[in-house]
Formats: sequence, C-alpha cells, structure tokens
Amino acid sequence: MFDNLTERLSNSFKTLQGKSKLSQSNIKEAIREVRRALLEADVALEVIKTFLDRVQEKALGLKVGEGLSPSQAFIKLVETELTDIIGGENKTLDLKTQPPAVVMVAGLQGAGKTTSIAKLAHYLKERENKKVLVVSADVYRPAAIEQLEVLAKQVGIDFFPSNIDQKPEKIVADAKRHAQKQFHDVLLVDTAGRLHVDSEMMDEIQALQKQVNPIETLFVVDSMTGQDAAHTAKAFADALPLTGVILTKTDGDARGGAALSVRHITGKPIKFLGVGEKIDALEPFHPERIVSRLLGMGDVLSLVEEISRKVDHKKAEKSVQKMAKGQFDLSDMRDQLLQMEQMGGMEALMDKMPGMGQIPQSVKNQMMGGVDTKRMVAIINSMTPKERSHIKLIKGSRKNRIAKGSGTGPQDVNKLLKQFEKMQKQMKKMGGGKMQKMMAKMAGMQGDNGAPAGMPDLSKMKLPGMGGGNKFPF
Amino acid sequence: MFNFFKKDKSDKIEKGSTLKQRLAKSRQKLGSGLSSLLLGKKVIDEDLLDELEMLLITADIGINTTDKVLESVRQNASRKVLKDSDSLYEFLKDALTKLLIEDNQLNTDTNETFVILVVGINGAGKTTTIGKLAKSFQNQGKSVMLAAGDTFRAAAVEQLKVWGERNEIPVVAQTTGSDAASVIYDAYESAKAKNIDILIADTAGRLHTQGNLMQELEKIKRVLKKHNENAPHETMLVIDGGSGQNAINQAKEFNKTVGLSGISITKLDGTAKGGVVFAISDELKLPVRYIGVGEGINDLKPFNAKEFVDALFE
Repeated sequence: MFDNLTERLSNSFKTLQGKSKLSQSNIKEAIREVRRALLEADVALEVIKTFLDRVQEKALGLKVGEGLSPSQAFIKLVETELTDIIGGENKTLDLKTQPPAVVMVAGLQGAGKTTSIAKLAHYLKERENKKVLVVSADVYRPAAIEQLEVLAKQVGIDFFPSNIDQKPEKIVADAKRHAQKQFHDVLLVDTAGRLHVDSEMMDEIQALQKQVNPIETLFVVDSMTGQDAAHTAKAFADALPLTGVILTKTDGDARGGAALSVRHITGKPIKFLGVGEKIDALEPFHPERIVSRLLGMGDVLSLVEEISRKVDHKKAEKSVQKMAKGQFDLSDMRDQLLQMEQMGGMEALMDKMPGMGQIPQSVKNQMMGGVDTKRMVAIINSMTPKERSHIKLIKGSRKNRIAKGSGTGPQDVNKLLKQFEKMQKQMKKMGGGKMQKMMAKMAGMQGDNGAPAGMPDLSKMKLPGMGGGNKFPF
Repeated sequence: MFNFFKKDKSDKIEKGSTLKQRLAKSRQKLGSGLSSLLLGKKVIDEDLLDELEMLLITADIGINTTDKVLESVRQNASRKVLKDSDSLYEFLKDALTKLLIEDNQLNTDTNETFVILVVGINGAGKTTTIGKLAKSFQNQGKSVMLAAGDTFRAAAVEQLKVWGERNEIPVVAQTTGSDAASVIYDAYESAKAKNIDILIADTAGRLHTQGNLMQELEKIKRVLKKHNENAPHETMLVIDGGSGQNAINQAKEFNKTVGLSGISITKLDGTAKGGVVFAISDELKLPVRYIGVGEGINDLKPFNAKEFVDALFE
C-alpha cells in the first residue's frame, strides 16, 4: 500500500537535494509537492492543511543538525509529523472485562466488516488463545448471516445462529447469554452496513450499541475511500463511542490517505489492517511502520515479525548452518521457496523491503517475472534426494525425466539450476563480514519484542540474499 | 414488525425519489459549494482559482481532470471570455458536462441472449447492482437469468439465490469453490436453450492489483468468447462512489485485463461527491451505464449526463 505516495514524496524531496539551507522559498516547492501527493492519496483536505502548517512552521525554525543535509532533515521532520498525525503508539484491543468481552463493528456497506470479523476471530484464537464466539446482527443483506457462518466454520470458531426475522438487539442479547454459559472469552458482533446519512439505520446501531455495551466498538473503513472518509468517520464517531478503526483492503495499490484522515478526524487509533484475501491477512497497525513505508524506508519490523512467526525454526537453522558451510542444496532452496510462499509470496515481502518505494512498478514486475514458485518447487520435487545435493549429476536423461515428472520442459530445469548456482554464489559472497553486519542490525531492531532464540539466524538467512545489493537471487 | 418493513424497503415502489433529491449531498458540495464560492466575487484571480481547485479535488474529481478544467478556465479568463464569476459558474457547468459522454445507454436488444458480465473490487456492490438490474429488466418485460459466478466469497452464491427467489428469477449456481468460468458457461448454455433475453453474470470481487485473480476474469471472458464471439455483450465494472482517486486505477486495470464496455457507480447518495463520475468519464472515455443513488429498487438509474449535471447544479 502507500506505494504511489511514497514515490511522490521521494520526488518532492529531490527538489531539496543539494540545498544547503531550508528557507521559505526552497521548501515551498517541496511543501507543494507534499500537498499534492497527499491530495492525490485521498487525504482529507482539512488534515492536509493542519499537517502542512505544522511542517512549514517547524521547517523554518529547523536547525540543520550535524551530519544531516537539509533534505534529510526535512524528510525526518515530515516523518515525525506524519507519525504524530497517524497517531503515536500501536494500541491493541482492550479485552479486560468480565467475559465475554463484546467487540462490535460498524461501517458502510462493502467496507469489509464480515470478513474483518472472521479475520479478527482467527487472530484472537491463534495469537491470543481466546475462545471466541461470533454472531451476525445483519438482518438486511441477503445471506449475510450465512456468510459469517461459513467463515466461522472455515476458521474453526463458534458461531451463534441468528435469522432475519429477529431483532438485532435480541440476537446479540441471546448470543451474550450463550457466550457466558459456554465460557467464551470474546463475542464478536457483526452488524449491517449502513450509510452515515441514513438516519434511521444510524439510530438503529446507536440503540444496539447502547444495549449491548461493547468494550470495543470498531469502525471498519475501506482504505480506498476518497475525500469522504473524513465525513463518514466523523458521522460514525458522533453516533457511536468508537474505540478504534480497522482499515481494510490495504493490499490494493497506492492511496491509503484515508488512514491519515480517519485517524486525525476521529481521534481513534487504527488498530488493525486488512492486508489480503486470506483469513490470516490481518495485521496489528503500527503507525511508525506505516510512515516509514510511506517515506520509502521499508517496513523491516513487520517483516522480521512475520518471518519469526511463520518460518519453521528448526529447518531454517539447519539451512543456515548448511549455508555457512557452503553446503546449501536444492532441498534447502525448496524450503525457502515454500516458506516465502507462506509469507504471502515475493510481492508481499518486497513491499516491506527498504528502498522498494523508489523502484518503479514495472521494474518490480520484471524482477518477479521469473519467479514461479510452484513450478520451481515441482521441479525440485521431481528430483531424487541425491540429485538435490549433487546437481552436477543432472544431465541429459535425468534432466528429461525431471522435466517430464514436473510437467515442465528441460529448459525450465536449466533455468532453475542456473538460478540455484547464482544463489549459491551470492551466498558465498554474503558469507563474509557483510552478513554479520546485517545480522547485528536485524538483531538490534527486534529490540524489546522478545525475539525467540535463534531469531537472528533466521533474519540472516532471509534478508542477505534478498536485500543485499537489491538483487534477487532467484 | 419494524424490521419486516425495513427489509422490504428495497422492494417498495419509489416515492418521490427524484435524482435531484437523491443527489442532495453531492449538490451541496459541487453546485452550492460553487455558488457560495463565487458569490460576490468580481474578479477571477489566482486565489479564486486555488479555491476552485480545492473544491474540485475534494469532490473527488481527480487531480488530472481538475488540472484540465482549471487550464481551460485560465485560458478563457486571460482571453477575457470569462469576465466575472457569474460567467465562470456557467462555464464550469458546461466544462463539466463536456467531460461526460453523451450517450451512456446500454442497449440490450439483440436477437440472441445478451450477456452482461459484472466485475469489480470487493464490496463495490456488484451483487446488489445485479439484483436491481435484473428486477428492472424484468419490469421491462424481458426474461432474465443470473449466473452465480462469485464462487469465492462465503455465501455469495446464497446471496444471489435469495435475490433470485424473491423476484422469481432463475439463478444458475454451483457450490462455493467451483470454477467460475464453468458456472458462467453452464448458465450461458442454459439461457440460450431457454431463449432467455438477458443473462447477468456475477463474479467474485477482486482487487485490481491481484494479477492471478485478474487472469481468472480474463479466462471467464475467453471461455464465453469461444462459444459466442459477441459474448459477453457488456463487460461492466461496478465502482463504489465513495472511492477516491483509486477508482481510476481500478477502472484502468480492469479495462486492461478484460476490456470494459461500461461502468456503473454505486452508493452515490451517501457521499458528498459525485466527482468520481467526471473523472472516470474523462480519463477512460467509457460510458457510465447506471448510477446507484439509494437502496430502493428504482434507485439504480440509467445514467443521463445532462440530467446528472442539472441535478448537481440546480
């Protein structure tokens, strides 16, 4: 997400490059560019005004510190101010109450409420070990209740049945009672989508909220929303005591200005981001990370966390050792490919890498063009274990057999072998001091996150190959 | 009981819901915003143009289209064609009308089954639009069939089936998870055999940035084409009227992959915008087929450029 905005901001900073002093006249252009970039990104006008006033005021009085060029100082300032507007620290759900803790969602039609509820249920179950019950109070949209039921089944969460002849208040009251009896920790309540100008429907949800008295009332908003995001958010915040925001569909391209607007206008923290079609594609919101992604600094922290969560530690440690000894073979490559796939594929990873903002989309596509993970894995699967560790064996008839076995052609096998050799070479190159340095950096970044033992090794095995030299070995 | 009525809101006969009333919110922004901006201003200067730029952009008209409009204002102001703010008001109304395509009507008269393939991102309002569209074709005395091509989202098939049952419109469906192209192909076979006038095919919502899902759409189209090269007769993109600049990206990407022939814009009553209609018409030169201005069945209106601009400005 935020890709285009990052590109635009990088451009605006180019005009500052080489200037020795920040003055009214030379930041004017940069400010104009930032303003336009933010407008294009659908940030609400009033938010932009506040933001730019602050930036301008501070930029003029800015002392350019030692070692920082004026443009760097300006970027730093913009970054700090953006972080400030998007809102301080990450705030998670507050579920500390007598169970069941009731969480309710509200939002426009098609914002992604039902999907978010299912993702949230999955998140609470997997990451926080909660016993979750979901219920739908959407008695209007055809098959809305069925949708939640099917999703609940998919994630293995208890579903409280309701039907369209019931009143939303009654449905939720019954569900709450059921949750108490069955010792559920959390009850997630889905509601019907409604326009903020539909006063009848807004009254309904207001009444529902009062009666249910949830500990968390989350406003679900589509990250592609235009200038109106600000008004919608304000209307919902006025009607309901919101406690937070879920920003959905952030895996689309660009924009995301709504994030800034909604945060600024409601004053409520964005708690989660919807980042994909899959049920586990929900991430806690970290403003400082989004800002650094926005400014082209990459979201390394999220990447490290994701790797530590999804990578098979034992396997990874083994291949790191092998790598160090120069014994990295094709089955290790397969493991890496599969693990990468698990993390949402190359594209998701690239999105979070530092410096990726400056790379045009076309180049990115080119870099990914050759990566067909499934096919590569199939080819490796068609080899014997011996062939995987001794690739020199793979000649003529063996090559044909592998190609046939994987449904590919001999040239595909050749391509894979070549890529593997390239990768091996790079591993060796990285084996020296550069890798150690990177490792130390990664380890430092994890800081207080309580990284599990063995983590630095993991980051070392992923990042050097990909980040170093900005070239992808395969 | 209250709920019962509420639910049937969409089936109720429309009551005094003129386009003008429905677009009240949008009018406040564009038309009235413009009059109050121009009120009492005698000269057209850069300050006024700056404010005008803000007004257009916050109406989601888009940066490119706004630039274009302002450029022509500047030119005409310097050539003294535009003398005062009154003439500017009329000039803008005219300029915006010109951005729209004149003929937007979808003509479904063919001597074979007319196939409408509906595409769009998640939550744009595809299934709801299909329901309303089917009903309005039915009211025109046409026979309609629906194809439940959203085989991905949970209960999307059921959602369409409920619509079909309510309105006695046949729905061809398989289970969730089956191949969308084959569902739509089956539906086409069946519609042809039964001499159905119009087949409307639903598809799963997908973000335009997801290459493989876009490829799936292309496959659906390919499969239909193999059977009848005229099909689908209409490939319609549904866009949420509340979306900002991204609406243009969506339209461009979908157009690139599946080749669009029309666009429908939903939820225009809730937003204080409407600008997105101009941006899309201008940047893509694609007709806007329908606009959704309310929840009622008759609130999906065939788009008429002049009527739309009049409703915004008068």
